[in-house]
Amino acid sequence: MSAREKILSAVKGNKPELLPLQTWDWSRVETDVRDTFIKTLQGIGGTVSIVKDLQQVKQRVLEVHGDEKRIINRVASLDWKNSDKIEIENSTSMEKIEVAIIEGQIGVAENGAIWVPEDAMGNRALPFICQHLVIVLSINKIVPTMHQAYASIDVTANGFGVFIAGPSKTADIEQSLVIGAHGARSLAVFLLDS
Amino acid sequence: MDHSKAAEIFNKDKARTKWHDETLWMVREKRDKAAHSVPDWEKLREAASNIKSHTLSNLDEYLKTFEDKAKKNGITVHWAADAHDHNEIVYSIIRSNNIQKIVKSKSMLTEECHMNEFMASKGIDVIDTDLGERIVQFRKEHPSHIVMPAIHLKREDVGETFHQHLGTEKGATDPQYLTEAARQHLRDKFIASELAITGVNFAIAETGGFVVCTNEGNADMGAHLASIHIACMGIEKIIPKMEHLGVFLRLLARSATGQPITTYSSHFHKPRPNQQMHIVIVDNGRSVQLGRPDFRNSLKCIRCAACFNTCPVYRRSGGHSYHNAVAGPIGSILAPNLNMRENADLPFASTLCGSCTNVCPVKIDLHDQLWKWRQVLMKEGYGSLSKKTGMKMMTTVLSNPGIYNFMGKLGRGVLRTIPWIAKSKMLNPWYKHREMPVARGSFKEWYVGRRGNR
Ligand code: SF4
Repeated sequence: MSAREKILSAVKGNKPELLPLQTWDWSRVETDVRDTFIKTLQGIGGTVSIVKDLQQVKQRVLEVHGDEKRIINRVASLDWKNSDKIEIENSTSMEKIEVAIIEGQIGVAENGAIWVPEDAMGNRALPFICQHLVIVLSINKIVPTMHQAYASIDVTANGFGVFIAGPSKTADIEQSLVIGAHGARSLAVFLLDS
Repeated sequence: MDHSKAAEIFNKDKARTKWHDETLWMVREKRDKAAHSVPDWEKLREAASNIKSHTLSNLDEYLKTFEDKAKKNGITVHWAADAHDHNEIVYSIIRSNNIQKIVKSKSMLTEECHMNEFMASKGIDVIDTDLGERIVQFRKEHPSHIVMPAIHLKREDVGETFHQHLGTEKGATDPQYLTEAARQHLRDKFIASELAITGVNFAIAETGGFVVCTNEGNADMGAHLASIHIACMGIEKIIPKMEHLGVFLRLLARSATGQPITTYSSHFHKPRPNQQMHIVIVDNGRSVQLGRPDFRNSLKCIRCAACFNTCPVYRRSGGHSYHNAVAGPIGSILAPNLNMRENADLPFASTLCGSCTNVCPVKIDLHDQLWKWRQVLMKEGYGSLSKKTGMKMMTTVLSNPGIYNFMGKLGRGVLRTIPWIAKSKMLNPWYKHREMPVARGSFKEWYVGRRGNR
């Protein structure tokens, strides 16, 4: 018998009688998802600003990071430093990326997470390997909780997708919080209110 | 070495034991704060428990559905009956692709299977990339906690380890500086890596994909840069539907560290072009546990470690004293299933105070199961010795000066040390907290008995 058959038959023989799967109503009236989102994201180490247009994003990125190091912009409607070759780049060259600008699809007020599908990254490694991550999110795309988030995304639409909540962090040394473990050292979120 | 002996050694360093105890209690308090800020908390726990119980009652079907969908997504699915199978499968992928450079993110399953040791015996080096795991790997130790692998160490220990292995300045102890050194060191490893091994937090039957949660981003750095990704999962990681992730991701990080969610919750469904993606589905005793009505609920565990952080025995004896990949209350329930003789002491490494049961996000009846394991072990003839060592453990772990001197100072310190006292009407009539467990006779019996012996 193969391991597969062995496992499946043991599970079948040992499982209890079928228990029903319940359903729950998670709908909730949220007064101010924007405010909650901003406060939560700031609480987990991200920065948030509300902008009127994408030029403001560009300006802010230049102010903070300058123009010397490599910047990759994946937001198609911002005509600046767009890269269509990122898909085929290797890790050695991607390692040089200072700032990556990508578009988020849904923001979650309760935890500050933003859903980013693979299409928005171009390359799966981009939001992790860049030193600093910038996410642009339409201010109308914030939902109260993860339940509403899953209801409005399709996790199978791309081969990969991720909820990103703040910059990479660790507390593995004496529980002392350090921002910038292996992923991006900072996360700046721009809420687009046009 | 049994738990009580190991706990005794751990307790020799009083200052460190106190620090360990207080630090984990602080994490427990963060968990409380996070839990209480979610109005749906108890409903979420109910839902999580129901989803897991339902899944276990239909597990073979969900496993088949998951396999089928995953294959359609282009993922290669392997089945491993035990730890050895698991290691051989991973090894065969490594060998057939002629791989030298391997990075791994946190996976308690690969710890359970002693995969690193197995690979080392074949001359293969696996680099752990979670900061805590890298620290213990350098020190040739094992993780002492499933969420905070290096919680038994102080910054001075890490500083010395990094000085030896990474050339950081002698005497440097700043966590920021040490983390930066590890970041640089591991970036090189990620960039050079050919194969990445990750764990799995949730595998979704409906979609054939899986979710991996980290704060550091190391699972992603590994999986997205290497040309081969192997994800290892126990059969109990299955959940039926995508929408159920909403329930579990709301509970997991809040229960674990008090964060609203981990920094990265990565959803893998298909390999990249030219990438190989493998899933190894491992049984290793789980199907046996499923057949034990009293203990099958332990398979609902989502490895948040809330039960560790709240456990007065874990906090005061350290993870290594459990001599098992998974320590703490849940480890003490899982371990005897794998090997009753070797782990007969573990169900006795508990006061049965019930604090674990009260914080568990999937509502596992932890302290009842510990109690039931004791009955089983007694019947099987492992009992008397274990019970004796259990008592010895309590003497060591809980009898430090001041702990039983609680009548006059029912403050935070006592709550931390022996949380069930707070529930006792006689001792603490004003304290009503929903995570305060129901008092059990066992502690009192033991305590009175112990006094009687003097
Ligand atoms: S038993 Fe419950 S509290 Fe303990 S690690 Fe598992 S899910 Fe968390």
